[in-house]
Parts: sequence; structure tokens; C-alpha cells
Amino acid sequence: MPDSTPPSRRTFLLASGAGMALSGLAMPFHASAREAPVQLDKYKPEYFTPEEWSFILAATARLIPSDGDGPGALETNVPVFIDRQLAGNYGSAGDWYMEGPHDPDASPDRGWQSPLTPAGLYRKAIPAFNAWCQLQWSKDFKDLSGEQQDEALTALQKGEAKLAPELSFFFATLLSNTKEGYFSDPMYGGNAGMQAWTYIGFPGARANFKEWVDQHNVKYPLGPVSIKGERA
Amino acid sequence: MARTEKKKDVVIVGLGWTGAIAGIELADEGLEIVALERGRDQNTVPEFKYPNQIDELRYGVRLENMQHPRMQTVTVRRNDSEKALPYRSLGSFLPGNGVGGAGTHWNGLLWRPQPQEIQLRSYVKEHWGESIIPEGMNLMDYPVTYDELEPFFTRFDQVAGISGKAGNLNGKIQPGGNPFEGHRSQEYPMPPLPRTYDSTKFEEACKAMGYHPFPAPAGIASTAYVNPYGMQMAPCNFCGFCERFGCYQYSKSSPQTAILDALKRKPNFTYRTHAEVLRVESAADGKTATGVTYFDHATQEEVFQPADLVILSAYQLNNVHLLLVSNIGKPYNPATNEGVTGKNYAYQMNGGVTMFFKDATFNPFIGHGANGICIDDFSVNQNDFGKLGFIGGAYWRSGAFNGQPIRSMSLPAGTPTWGGKWKQSIKEWYGHSMSIGSHGSHMSYRNNHLDLDPTYKDPLGRPLMRMTFNWQENDLKMNQYMKLKAGELGRSMKPDLIQLGFKDVGAQYDVRPYQTTHNTGGHIMSSNPQEGVVNRYCQAWDRHNVFVMGAGNFVQNTQYNPTGMVGGLAYWTVHAIRTLYLRNPRPLV
Repeated sequence: MPDSTPPSRRTFLLASGAGMALSGLAMPFHASAREAPVQLDKYKPEYFTPEEWSFILAATARLIPSDGDGPGALETNVPVFIDRQLAGNYGSAGDWYMEGPHDPDASPDRGWQSPLTPAGLYRKAIPAFNAWCQLQWSKDFKDLSGEQQDEALTALQKGEAKLAPELSFFFATLLSNTKEGYFSDPMYGGNAGMQAWTYIGFPGARANFKEWVDQHNVKYPLGPVSIKGERA
Repeated sequence: MARTEKKKDVVIVGLGWTGAIAGIELADEGLEIVALERGRDQNTVPEFKYPNQIDELRYGVRLENMQHPRMQTVTVRRNDSEKALPYRSLGSFLPGNGVGGAGTHWNGLLWRPQPQEIQLRSYVKEHWGESIIPEGMNLMDYPVTYDELEPFFTRFDQVAGISGKAGNLNGKIQPGGNPFEGHRSQEYPMPPLPRTYDSTKFEEACKAMGYHPFPAPAGIASTAYVNPYGMQMAPCNFCGFCERFGCYQYSKSSPQTAILDALKRKPNFTYRTHAEVLRVESAADGKTATGVTYFDHATQEEVFQPADLVILSAYQLNNVHLLLVSNIGKPYNPATNEGVTGKNYAYQMNGGVTMFFKDATFNPFIGHGANGICIDDFSVNQNDFGKLGFIGGAYWRSGAFNGQPIRSMSLPAGTPTWGGKWKQSIKEWYGHSMSIGSHGSHMSYRNNHLDLDPTYKDPLGRPLMRMTFNWQENDLKMNQYMKLKAGELGRSMKPDLIQLGFKDVGAQYDVRPYQTTHNTGGHIMSSNPQEGVVNRYCQAWDRHNVFVMGAGNFVQNTQYNPTGMVGGLAYWTVHAIRTLYLRNPRPLV
């Protein structure tokens, strides 16, 4: 596949050789992305309708909040990731067996048995969940207070906010997709600036650690690189 | 309407480990060979090259390197009265796809079974009597001995290129190796790989308990290596992307690194990709096969490939499916325990201990699929089945094999799965935990079997295969014993927190979480045609020119990762074809 040329591998190897001296120092965050991440407020969703988009912004902001140490879903563009995934092969269940008959009432340990694709699941579940929020608070999810939103998401996770059987995997799907967007390579739209990797100390696509195997109990000193060659 | 191709001496169905072994060995006999591979062609470059392959989302989560259920899948039910439902998206097991098959995306753990596992029924009978065998367990001996297989295990070790330390060389116990293994005629081709921090902590704890730690047998190169086919491997750099990924730097044993380039140079060998075999065709007398019919995805037509010899070397599930749709072997009937095809499907019984150390730094992204230190102190030949109340055993291993954060984020039990506390916890604990895996045997039972599904079809119109499978008490009891003993060891390491993940008696099979791609049985070896699909040479009892490769031959699963046994059996089978069958094609038993 045609990729942009990655920066010299040698640069990384040299940096890695200097690693011992850097050990223990906090690595400053200086994204050198050749393509700046999109700005969330200017992003035009490929899949989501405006209503769905405002739900996704609100929900992911509770699943990985911005407060406290570390970036949240919004700083890392998780909503952009989810939108692009649903617009693509994953959203349409392109690799999955989707022939009927379907048995959406099957117990969860039988796996995905809904007739809906992941994209179709979001399309039907968001209004259904909003309708449940309306019953409780007379408001859509996005208009609830943060505390109420957490309460609603908890009810959804525990199955107390009951949706139709074909929508029963919605919370699990939303949560998985949110974490995927937070931790995957930035070329998929989330993990903007590799902030999530930097936060936890995962070096991304460096993938070359031979001289580090024997250095036990010593923190690996380098920040992440991405598949397209960005450094954080 | 099928197009007919020019007749070949040999047609190979599926170009993974065993198809490649059959191809290169039979090519030396001067036979005209064609291999048919359902998936794409795959080479280290460009398919597995750096940095594209270092992509957790695409390959680790969306599973692009795997068989896509849209093309082929199974239905699953836990017992005969449950309605089988399709395995629509991959979870519990991940069959491979494309040239190299599952041999491209495995972890590289290359074990050979213990001699006692090969003759397990006799071993049980001799030591405790057959009365300890639970009702419904189809406990069997392989119709071949460890001593017969040993040269072929060794041959596969050398071809695959494995790193480790022998514990039993020609009957002499060697320091630093596994004292409980079967005898090896030769030392490992490469020395053990260097050790990560977690595995050294585990090793110390094992020694303190009086156990016998040894380096995991790794299909991962520790040095520069040239195998008997002249294929070159380079030492692993611990990139942490083995399982679910192709190796970008020629370090992981795979058909690509060990066989395929040498095979492709043979003028009498060709292969066709996107050629999905639909069925084996039989002669009118029903005693031999005439070749196979496949669907050519490029030209969208059925093609008949005549051949004198048919090698089925697809993945275990797909081999069994092909046999069922081709009416080879009588389908198994669990009610009567008669019939053979689909019998003795088995899996693997695994568990794990996770230990959290606030002040330790493990750098979990530094690792490889077969990293670490193992013990066999609770393995099949060490357990007193009579006293313990189960038949089986497990090996344990500790050593990071990836630190990919979407899939490998260990957090203390009770941590919220989202919100501010989750975010705080991932920072606090990522890189500060290590684990011990318990990898256990799985017996065969009347309850666990494979047949054709009455409802669901694949895109080419064939019925899906139906898997009837659930966990059984014997193996769950074994797992609970491992929980007890591994928990003891874990606590001796004085972690800040410890948690044990072992299925308990009563556990139901859940298709969602990944468990293992060690599906076995369904076309088992047997000493007579009433008990299995193939004889001791993996030759179909019903069609003497059909040989069947892979883990489907396993009468029950061993406690180890199956690839070593699969490779050893493939060399054993091909040797029988070369020395016994070709000069006089006939049933060899």
C-alpha cells in the first residue's frame, strides 16, 4: 500500500542507543505530525447524522473523560475514529457472516447474533437510548448533566436501560470502539498526537527492542512513533 | 459445468505448514504437484513488512490476517439440544487464511507432546485402571508411538528453526532444560532467547518452590540460522507483534521463513491462490479419490483438478468440513458413539494468574510470542490422576508476548471499565503487571463433536459445519487444580495484588473472548476403521489416496500448543508416502 515515507529508521536507532542517558527523564510532548489531527469541532462526519454525532461526542466524553491526568476521548479525537470505522468495512460487517436466520434473543455468550451491522446498531440504538433518557429525565442524553449521563451509561451497561434484543450489544460495542479509538494508530483518526500512548508509556510502532530485553526493571525511555512516522 | 485442469500427480489443499511440508518433500520425488490455496498469496515483503504490520487495530482487533467468517465459518452449540448459531464474528478461535495459513500469525510455541500423552489410555490403564476414565470420555492412544515419531519431531524442529534447551538428550537429563520431556535425539537448533524481567522473576519463584524452570521452546530465532532447505532466519528483536501478525523480520518460524521460497523454486511445484476447494471427488467404486473440485474466485467458476494423490492440509475445522461434504468416513453419531468423521473434537483448557507490582517496570511491549520461562511440574506425566480426580495436566509459562494496549491492558479486578477511575488506572497499572499462563490438556468426549449444520450455508452453497462443544468436568477440575497451585506460586512472589482467571466446574463455553486456536480432532487417527477417519499414517481408511494433515488427527488434545505435533506428524506421513505408498499405492494398514 502506498505510504508516506517514514522518517529514517536510523534516527530512531540512534535515539534508542542514547536511551540510557534519557532514562527516567520525562519526555516532553512535541508532536511532529506531518498531517495535523483534524479539529473535532470542524470535523464533518462521514457516517453519523448531526444528532448521532452530538450523542457520540457526549457519550465518549463520559467514557474517557477529559478531567484529571491524561487525555480524554475528545482530546484524542475518538469520535472521529468511530465515525470513520462505521463508514468503512467494520461498520458494514464486511468480514462477518451475516446470513439469517438471526436470533437476537440468544444469550450474549453466543456472540453477535443481531441482524444489524455495527453501523446499523449505532443508527438504531442511539435514538432508542435517547428515548429511554427522555423517559427518565425528559431530555436527550446529550442534554443531561455529566452525573446523569454517567447514570444513564451505567444503566445501559448493566442492561437496566432495556433496549430491543437486537441492540443488546450497543454498550459493549460503543465502549470497545471508544477504547480502540483511544489506543490505535493515529492514522485511523483517534489517539491524536499519540497522546494516549504517551500517557501510558506504549511506544507505538517502534517494534525493535533487542538491546532492551536485558535491562530489567528499567523504564523504556523513548516516546511513541506512529506507522506513518510521526513522533510524539 | 466445471472447467477441468490438466491432471497432476498430487494436489495439496491449503498451503500452510503441512501443505508446504508435503509440497517440498514430495517435490523431491519428482512428482508434479499443485497446491490450491483459498486465500491470497503472502510474503514477508510486502504483506508483513515494517511498519505496516505493527498495527494493533487492523490485524490484532479487526483480524485482517484471519479467515473471514463471511467466507467460511461454523455454527456453535453447547449441547445437542441447544440451537446452533453461527460464529458470525471471530472471538474464541482464529483460523488463518492465505499462503502460510495459521503458521503466519501464531505465537511460535513449538512443543512436542510427552510420550505418555501419545499413549494416554494405556498409561491411565496401567497406573490407575480404566475405572478412573469418566463416562462419556473417548480416551484413546495414538496408533503410533513417541519413539516412532521422534525423528520427525526433530526434523520439524530443524526446519522450523527453534530456540531452547533440551532437558532430555537421548535419555540423559540435561541441566537447564525440561526434565519431564520425552527424549530428544538432538539439542535445539538454536540456544534460548534472552529473558525479560517477568520471566526471571517467575524463574526465581519456581526455583524457590523446588520446581524445574526451563526456557519456552520457541519457533523464534535467537541467532542467525540456516535450515535444511537453505532458508535463512534472523534473530528476533522482541518487537512484541507475533500473535495475529506476520513477522516483518524473518525471525518467527513460518512456512514463509522456513519452506516456501525453497519450495517455489522447484520446477515441478506450482500453486494457485484464491482457489477454494469445495469437495474431494471420488471414483465410482468409492475406494479412491479422483481429485478435487475448487471454486476459482478470480474467474468465478468451478474447476476440477484431477490428481492421483490428494493431501488435505487445510486448517483442522476446514479439513473436517471437506471430509463431511465429500462423504469421506461415516459421520459420527454421539448417541451410538459410531461413525468417525467429526468425532473427538477437542480444544484447550487454559487459565492465568495476573500479578500487579506497583514498583516494578515490565515494559510489556518488549517480548515475542514464545517468550518466557516454563515449568512442567504439573504436566500430564507428573500428575497422579487417581489421587487428583482428573486426567490431564498443564504447562505454565511466564513471559510478555505483547503490550498492545487495546487488547493487553491488565487492570485490578473491580476497576471500573470506563470513566475517570479507568483512565487513572491505566496509567497506574500499564506495565506494572505480569502473568503466569496455565496451558492445559483437553480430553475428547462424546458430547463434543462436529457435523453439518442443517440451516446455515456458506457463500458457495455448502452447509456450514456445526460444532457441538462445551467444557467438561474432568478438564475443569484439572484447571481448578492449576488455579490452586499457580495461585500459591503467584502469592509467593509477594505481588501488591493478584488475580486468578480459571474457569470453574459448570463454566459454559463462551464464543466471544479469544481463547486459543488449538481446535483438534474430527478426523482422528485410529488403529481400525471403526474408530477413526485415518490410519496411523494419516491415510484415509476409506480412500487410500487421500492423506489428511493437521490437528484433526489428534485423538485428544495434549497439554501443549499443537504445532510441534502437527509438524512432526506431517513429516511422519510424508515419509510413509515416500517410502511405502508411492511405489505401491494401497491402504498402508
